[in-house]
Amino acid sequence: MPFLEIDNLEKSFGSARILKGVSLEIEEGGFLVLVGPSGCGKSTLLNTIAGLESITGGEIRINGRRVNELHPSKRDIAMVFQSYALYPHMTVAQNIGFGMEIRGVPKAERDKAIAEVAQLLQIGHLLERKPRQLSGGQRQRVAMGRALVRKPQVFLFDEPLSNLDAKLRIDMRTEIKRLHQRMGTTIVYVTHDQIEAMTLATKIAVLKDGTLQQFGTPAEIYNNPANTFVADFMGSPAMNLIPATIASDGPSLAVVMEREAREPIRLPLPSPPASLSAFRDKKVVFGVRPEALTDLEGADRNADAIATAHCHIEVVEPAGSDTFAVTNLGGKGVVARLRADAQIQPGTDAPLAFNLSKAVFFDPTTEQRIV
Amino acid sequence: MSASSQEVATRNGVFVRAAIYVLLILFAVYYLLPLYVMVVNSLKPLDEIRQGNMLALPREWTLAPWASAWSTAQIGVSPTGLKPYFLNSVLMVVPAVAISTILGALNGYVLTKWRFRGDTIVFGMMLLACFIPFQIVLIPSARILGLLGLAGTVSGLVLIHAIYGLGFTTLFFRNYYEAFPTELIRAAQIDGASFFQIFRRILLPSSGPIIVVTVIWQFTNIWNDFLFGSSFSSVDSIPITVALNNLVNSSTGVKEYNVHFAGAILAALPTLIVYIVSGRYFVRGLMAGAVKG
Repeated sequence: MPFLEIDNLEKSFGSARILKGVSLEIEEGGFLVLVGPSGCGKSTLLNTIAGLESITGGEIRINGRRVNELHPSKRDIAMVFQSYALYPHMTVAQNIGFGMEIRGVPKAERDKAIAEVAQLLQIGHLLERKPRQLSGGQRQRVAMGRALVRKPQVFLFDEPLSNLDAKLRIDMRTEIKRLHQRMGTTIVYVTHDQIEAMTLATKIAVLKDGTLQQFGTPAEIYNNPANTFVADFMGSPAMNLIPATIASDGPSLAVVMEREAREPIRLPLPSPPASLSAFRDKKVVFGVRPEALTDLEGADRNADAIATAHCHIEVVEPAGSDTFAVTNLGGKGVVARLRADAQIQPGTDAPLAFNLSKAVFFDPTTEQRIV
Repeated sequence: MSASSQEVATRNGVFVRAAIYVLLILFAVYYLLPLYVMVVNSLKPLDEIRQGNMLALPREWTLAPWASAWSTAQIGVSPTGLKPYFLNSVLMVVPAVAISTILGALNGYVLTKWRFRGDTIVFGMMLLACFIPFQIVLIPSARILGLLGLAGTVSGLVLIHAIYGLGFTTLFFRNYYEAFPTELIRAAQIDGASFFQIFRRILLPSSGPIIVVTVIWQFTNIWNDFLFGSSFSSVDSIPITVALNNLVNSSTGVKEYNVHFAGAILAALPTLIVYIVSGRYFVRGLMAGAVKG
């Protein structure tokens, strides 16, 4: 049974529809990440779950209880804000204890709870300091401590790592994941960083312009993107979306990609998606992730459909762990991900292995995936 | 070559600096001269003023003019000195400043953190109170005070000053709270704090600078007000500004200039003290909205 349910949620500011009928659900102990470009409505969605913003339509249920009309403090949630929102004139201990103080929890009990949380987050030595005396990472911990101490049914995180520098962000990401595994509390987490989404989530919801683009596990989102937006947004470097044509190949199909001043590349498809035959002799968008387009030695040996084609390499970008090579297919730059020590020179032709079992196809007019 | 030109530059710098200081000192003297004249002459016997030099130091120092101005000088028809009127002013200023500051803070809180449809219109209308010439409102105000039974009382003056101060106090607090992070309010809401708890526990502790600015502003304006004081007071609610005028304009007997000087200083003293005590916060508070942190 889902623990947090969002049912056909609508939110408008005047005539502007911010959320257009979003439906989501997450089981108890799940980690739901809302991801999307800025302005997609993800933070608004989080605020409506928190009760900080009213909703225009639909229903939000936590543990089977409708919370639409409940005040934020009555929803049994806790929230970590992007700016941390620590009360500047209070010490760390007062910050963590403020909610309990408001609820009239006795001092002794409060101190005990604060000490527990401080120990969990290793901020015991900071309790008497003011927020301005803390570093970014420490403020982040205090903000999480303030949320943890409530022992809520649902944690809400609003881009909690976006104010940290790159290295600290990765450390805190791991920390959040560890905390989640330890506490097992349901989490809703907003980010615009697709790597954070992939690493943390048990379920990802991709939003764009207030509509849900896709909702699924990280693997589903990554391997089977529902449309070109999701394909392009999730993954770094982004999935290659190559304009192509579907042609007959005996009884089966082949994908044909134009090239500049060369013969088109023609790759036979051993097991094309069922609806693809309707696109025979029509244009499609051929989606292949950089890691499914690699040098011959780097190709996945377990993959059942590897096709090889010679491509003209325009640019080579060594990145340490991998080497990225850029070629041109269908009039677009296409990124291939090769082994770090792959011997490849810009300006030459090199054989590239297409892992067709990982390839996806999109309808160029609707931008939806062809299944 | 370059060393000598640098030398010239340094010398020029010194010259410019000296010129600036001379100018600043001249202006300081120019501004302080009236105060000097007032203080010096309030400490002289009347004869010395009559004889001549206003700028000279007293030959015979005396506090008698101060004592007279405070407790025995003729104000209008009664020889009470400024004391009772000083008290009237205190009784008027303290509640009026407190009420207008607290309400202004609440207004600022609501206008920035609990926005509602048409809030900018409401704010715009409140701003009118800052710019409206008070002569326009004299007659309607008199009517209202009459209806409320507050005509000619200190409470009536408190009410009028609190209302007409509200425009400025709201402006101050609204602009200050505009820069206050809304996420803090939301965090407090999730922590379960009520409307007034958020105001008192989260917002007010961070409002020190703007409270000082508002209090100084309101105190100075209300203490120095003459128009409302002369329009709406009766014999036993006259504020000190009006009493000072009555002191100086008393037509009986000789003009005791030394007493007038002492009285004027007495009337100005509270605003002076308020400014000296908290003036540095005033500047800091005015800057606070502009530069964050």
